[in-house]
Amino acid sequence: MNGQDPAAPPLLEVRGLKMHFPITEGVVVRRHLGEVKAVDGVDLQIRRGETMGLVGESGCGKTTMGRCILRLERPTAGEILYDGVNIATLDRKGLLALRRRIQVIFQDPYSSLNPRMKVGAILSEPMKVHGIHPDRERRNQRVRELLSLCGLNPNFADRYPHEMSGGQRQRVGIARALALDPEFIVCDEAVSALDVSIQAQIINLLEDLREKLSLTYLFIAHDLSVVRHLCQRVAVMYLGRVVELASCDEVFERPQHPYTKALLAAVPVPDPAVEAERTFQPLAGEVPSPINPPPGCGFHPRCPIAVETCRRIRPEPRELRPDHWVACSEAG
Amino acid sequence: MALLEVRNLCTEFRTGVGIVPAVDGISYTVEPGETVAIVGESGSGKSVGALSLLRLIPDPPGRITAGEVIFAGRDLLRLSEAEMREVRGGEIGMVFQEPMTSLNPVLTIGRQITETLEQHRGADRAECERRAHELLGLVGIADAARRLKQYPHQLSGGMRQRIMIAIALACEPKMIIADEPTTALDVTIQAQILELMQRLTRQLGVALIVITHNLGVVARYADRVNVMYAGRIVESGSAAAIYHNPRHPYTMALLRSVPRLDRPRQARLDPIEGQPPDLTRLDQGCAFRPRCRFAVEACAAARPPLLPIGAPGQHSACFRAADLAAAGRAA
Repeated sequence: MNGQDPAAPPLLEVRGLKMHFPITEGVVVRRHLGEVKAVDGVDLQIRRGETMGLVGESGCGKTTMGRCILRLERPTAGEILYDGVNIATLDRKGLLALRRRIQVIFQDPYSSLNPRMKVGAILSEPMKVHGIHPDRERRNQRVRELLSLCGLNPNFADRYPHEMSGGQRQRVGIARALALDPEFIVCDEAVSALDVSIQAQIINLLEDLREKLSLTYLFIAHDLSVVRHLCQRVAVMYLGRVVELASCDEVFERPQHPYTKALLAAVPVPDPAVEAERTFQPLAGEVPSPINPPPGCGFHPRCPIAVETCRRIRPEPRELRPDHWVACSEAG
Repeated sequence: MALLEVRNLCTEFRTGVGIVPAVDGISYTVEPGETVAIVGESGSGKSVGALSLLRLIPDPPGRITAGEVIFAGRDLLRLSEAEMREVRGGEIGMVFQEPMTSLNPVLTIGRQITETLEQHRGADRAECERRAHELLGLVGIADAARRLKQYPHQLSGGMRQRIMIAIALACEPKMIIADEPTTALDVTIQAQILELMQRLTRQLGVALIVITHNLGVVARYADRVNVMYAGRIVESGSAAAIYHNPRHPYTMALLRSVPRLDRPRQARLDPIEGQPPDLTRLDQGCAFRPRCRFAVEACAAARPPLLPIGAPGQHSACFRAADLAAAGRAA
């Protein structure tokens, strides 16, 4: 259906990825006080042609994961194999080539477009940087193509971002990501800032583009209903680790990790009759600090089914059902 | 008698590009102890409408140009500024979206709660501190003695929102206005805060106006709903009526456009095409007309008034409201 074959080698493979940010004090003499373990040992595979969802709450490390894959950060440890090549250690020249293949769509269409540039210039910029279409006529033609591909009037090339609505700006952000004809796009909360009615337009656009251009997406989001709609597989992150990873149907129909269950229960559905019947106990407490995470399983202080060993031993992902991975010793 | 009756409230902003009628003649009521949701998208006027009730619109550029806000028998728009200060935080509590920017960063939590009590109650220090302890317990914050000495930046977002609720409840208000109270919070924390607000408002008999764009939140927590579009209320009614038998094309389209966790996955979403209107360029017709599947010629001639239709207490501002029942069932 999506042209993806589970047996084919993955387009992207993340192995044991860690991203620790140092916390320092002092200007002249820097003292190392500790580190924020934003991503703390993640394994992930993304198949060609699929949309992989990455969900979790603020500070779980989902955005840092995306930034590592884009190589906007150099990971502390681990490998990121893109089409078989480890990009975690690429040099400048290698990175330039990589960025023709991997692009990004950001959350906020207000701050991610340069307010002093016209839309045409915004879309030409990546082509200039990478020396594609050196001929100006051809480049302008490509700009018009990109705009209509994203559902905008080609004349928008002459507009400034402030002359457009939020939804239109996000379409420009998408067009820019497509300018270099990439194969893989990291969508970092790409529809979160948009109003409900516009959100649905952009979600449909992203789906159309994936089919038309054979794209692969990593879709980072906190809105579970949007992720379920768009993604084939989903990884749930908590405190820098993936706690559950499976197909969307599995995660949403048969969640196994207690955190995933709590996350799903916390989302009210738009139906008063359903909500009147539904009782749930909101998850107590808050996410611990990634500077000083709890020993053992990171979720144990809030977990309704935690046992003594959870305080000491960090559970590794287990394949509870075919292709359904859960990092919990008590699940199943 | 209604606790709050808003009649034909109009608020406009004068900007460089013209006059923006942000709130354009809205009328609704809130009964004692009930939860009323105001739903709408950015620019629909839902926040400005609520801030206007408390006269918190910065002037200039904003101005309340018409209407009445009858709260417990008095028109708030006619009160003196001193009387209004008594109402704000006294009879009406407020909870805003961003607890970090709505708390004072240089005052302790304890001071911010006691300040409200001193202002409105004229209570002495010992009495204020006793009440502050009690309030923290009420909103589920353990270790009150330590928390009262802390500053906002030492608390998490969820904790700060609990403090905001404690301050809003401090003077035993009759009503609380909550403007996107959980939009900045994570979903598990959002659930904690909303369950807490629901429990407390029920327990204490406080009415609640909650402004939100989250249709799930409305379905779970609201008794009645006002749907806003382009500065007007386009549909109002009980939550059950609005969700199960909407009589305005915008409400119908809004409900259809969201992906839902409780239903099988759809192949494609059904968005509302087009863009929200530019409020400086509205004509005399219905503002939703350019995006409406049901628009007819009459919709261009005049704005449809909000009239009773459907379930008891349900109102819709659509010339074709009567035709929509059949269309809604078919969809």
